[in-house]
Amino acid sequence: MSIGLGHYLTVAAILFVLGVFGIFLNRKNVIIILMSIELMLLAVNINLVAFSAHLSDLTGQIFAMFVLTVAAAEAAIGLAILVIYFRNRGSIAVEDINQMKG
Amino acid sequence: MDILALAFYLFAGTAVASGVMVISARNPVHSVLWLILAFFSAAGLFVLLGAEFLAMLLVIVYVGAVAVLFLFVVMMLDIDFVELREGFLQYLPVGLTIGLILLVELVLVVGIWQAAPGTDLSVMPIIPADSNNTKDLGMLVYTDYVYVFQAAGMVLLVAMIGAIVLTHRTRPGVKRQVINDQVARRPEDAFELVDVESGEGIGGASSNKKLKGKAS
Repeated sequence: MSIGLGHYLTVAAILFVLGVFGIFLNRKNVIIILMSIELMLLAVNINLVAFSAHLSDLTGQIFAMFVLTVAAAEAAIGLAILVIYFRNRGSIAVEDINQMKG
Repeated sequence: MDILALAFYLFAGTAVASGVMVISARNPVHSVLWLILAFFSAAGLFVLLGAEFLAMLLVIVYVGAVAVLFLFVVMMLDIDFVELREGFLQYLPVGLTIGLILLVELVLVVGIWQAAPGTDLSVMPIIPADSNNTKDLGMLVYTDYVYVFQAAGMVLLVAMIGAIVLTHRTRPGVKRQVINDQVARRPEDAFELVDVESGEGIGGASSNKKLKGKAS
């Protein structure tokens, strides 16, 4: 059985569900939550590239590149926020973050 | 089973297994390392799909920059990770439920999707002999998508400036060199010539105070 589009979509779906699952499983640890988001974006990228190869259209790969850009920016900003939050409070427990509301 | 299918199953299995380890590892440093493995496997999948440029981009950007950033933050912050793992089992049922529901939904969506008979469902990319993936991507991104490309650059610039502004702090009590003050300083502000009478020393506390005040 040759490897087709469905195989890649299945891998991407599993990775995406793992990302969602990780967010629920590690409710208190922001770092793992950020990593789970990276996993979900990776799954989206696999989908885009698989359809790009399937349709012989490079647009999907270009959009995967932009998703990569946004993911990198998001990780940088998220970790910066995490660092200053830790500097202020001495912990990164997500449950305390709602104290930031004005 | 040909070598392509073998490579696919190898990379896909590694990606899924390391994804599981990312969310279940006890030590966040291990999580980051598993994340790196997941990115490497995804890069392998990209190579199988004919997206060599994106695969290399994934290795360079994710493994080289993002994962190392995660590693830095995990190791730099002094966090009690045992405390953070409380409630791991408490959230397990609801997480499993939602994950299963999502997976079933995705399977249903993909399963209901049917190609027209005779459609080629293979994913082997058609690459002309006189071209390559990087060149084709460049031709597209610098013509049709040039504005989006510039916007992506702007996003990165804003992220960079934002991260610097967020994490930069001015500590009190640190002496810094202020070039402007040094250049603007004139000799008459800095010192005073005093005629010292023989046997009296530098007379008067006032001139001493003045000297100190100017010097500081």
